[in-house]
Amino acid sequence: MQAVAEDYIRIQRLSKTFGDVVALRDIDISIEQGSFVSIVGPSGCGKSTLLRIVAGLLDYEQGSVSLDGQAIHGTRRDVGFVFQSSILLPWRTILENVMLPAEVLGLDMKQARRRAMELLHMVRLDGFEEKLPRQLSGGMQQRAAIARALLHDPKILLMDEPFGALDALTRERMNLELQRIWAESGKTVILITHSIPEAIFLGDTVLVMTPRPGSIERVIPVDLPRPRTMHAMSEPAFGRIADEIRELFSHTGSFD
Amino acid sequence: MSAVLPTSGSMTAPTVDKPRARRPLRLGTKTASLLLLVVLLAGWEFGVRAFHVPKFLIPTVSDIGVALWRGLATSPFAKDSLWYHSAITLAEILLGFFVGSAIGLAIGVVVSQMPKLEAILEPYVAALQSLPKVAVAPIIVVWLGFGIGSKVAIICLLTFFPVLVTSIAGFKAVDPDRIDLLRSLSATPWQIFRKAKFPSALPYIFAGLNMAAAFAVVGAIVGEFVGAQAGLGVLIQQMEAQMDTGGSFAVFIVLSVIGIVLTAALRRIQQRVLHWMPQDPGQQRTINV
Repeated sequence: MQAVAEDYIRIQRLSKTFGDVVALRDIDISIEQGSFVSIVGPSGCGKSTLLRIVAGLLDYEQGSVSLDGQAIHGTRRDVGFVFQSSILLPWRTILENVMLPAEVLGLDMKQARRRAMELLHMVRLDGFEEKLPRQLSGGMQQRAAIARALLHDPKILLMDEPFGALDALTRERMNLELQRIWAESGKTVILITHSIPEAIFLGDTVLVMTPRPGSIERVIPVDLPRPRTMHAMSEPAFGRIADEIRELFSHTGSFD
Repeated sequence: MSAVLPTSGSMTAPTVDKPRARRPLRLGTKTASLLLLVVLLAGWEFGVRAFHVPKFLIPTVSDIGVALWRGLATSPFAKDSLWYHSAITLAEILLGFFVGSAIGLAIGVVVSQMPKLEAILEPYVAALQSLPKVAVAPIIVVWLGFGIGSKVAIICLLTFFPVLVTSIAGFKAVDPDRIDLLRSLSATPWQIFRKAKFPSALPYIFAGLNMAAAFAVVGAIVGEFVGAQAGLGVLIQQMEAQMDTGGSFAVFIVLSVIGIVLTAALRRIQQRVLHWMPQDPGQQRTINV
């Protein structure tokens, strides 16, 4: 992207403790604007904690976290968050759910509605606007959640294991869709995942975390051409990175 | 077969008629229920007559019917008409139900927003809840007199607790992810309450309201038994004093009708408000693409 892109999101010497438990220790990350960063790590390594700190949902005491030069303390209006489950409000239609950020942030509702329709088209949910969440499959619900996270045009999209609950086939399709959505929207994305292939397939960079106390073990750039297809998974470079990550996990003695 | 006999209407007619002929034997459940009622009432009427059961013990169905007719046929403003007493009891029920539930819900909302206050109030709520509220009815009548006010107060007391307890439980049971979702959008506490907490708690609140509606009818009758100038409870006592058991039964019927109408109305509202909830888990449909 641009020259200023260097340190769009900057995390320095970040540590977080819950009581006696050290959840994160000395995290240093810098993320370029518009890039896609995947974070993999074993359960309980603090990846979700890290993401919640970036989202402003959780406070921190040590270190610094900044977005575009501004320190992050508390939630911000320019962040979109996708949770492990879709968390669509069951009493709202899909369209009303996608419009939720506009209501909360007090945006122009007419414009928001137009944008919601565009986003629903982008996540291929045309015709489901007036349906209730329970009438949709899990994959469709998660796509609606992604549309909702993008409604207020956030600069960064934070995703906390968004596809963990989906079956393997749906998950692959969602990975392809997410790559397309990211390419179309130009957002900076941080994706947390359990899946090594998913992390490599989607990421410009894969950050590998160690178990508690969580810290960044290695930063692995993924030099695979875009747009990637599922065939990318059978390329030698893909296999090498996957092996490297598995190697790291076996060293730290943690498999998922 | 049909190719061999293409025009023989007389041959095909019986096969068409067969299901039609069998149909009267298969009763709908509604018809069957109604039929059962008729049989039961007839059995009652003739049983009481055949065994010469005294009228003040068990009245005949026709006696009840006459009493009901007499009570309903008189002017609604006459002091001995069923309409007059029903109107008073219904007014007590509705007033007490709305005021009691509203206070219960309001305190539930306030308490749910302040966890500390909830912890402080918790033992009191538990203690008051274990008290049978009906026991307090005589004192309330002493305090507030024989008018409608004491009955409304008793009903308030009875309806307040189920709504308070279920609404607190409902606000507690809100999926924390829903709150985080709104927090991630920098929502204000009021927005979080309005858009996530309150709608999430509504199924619980309605469970409390349903309980409260049933309690409200009980509260009205108990209050009127203890001391009142008018109302269906007073009517029952007057009729019992005159050994007019048929008249009492007529009042029971009116009371059931009031109860049925109230629960039906509440269910209507609930279905409208909670339209998004699956009526029957078996009917849940998922569309896969």
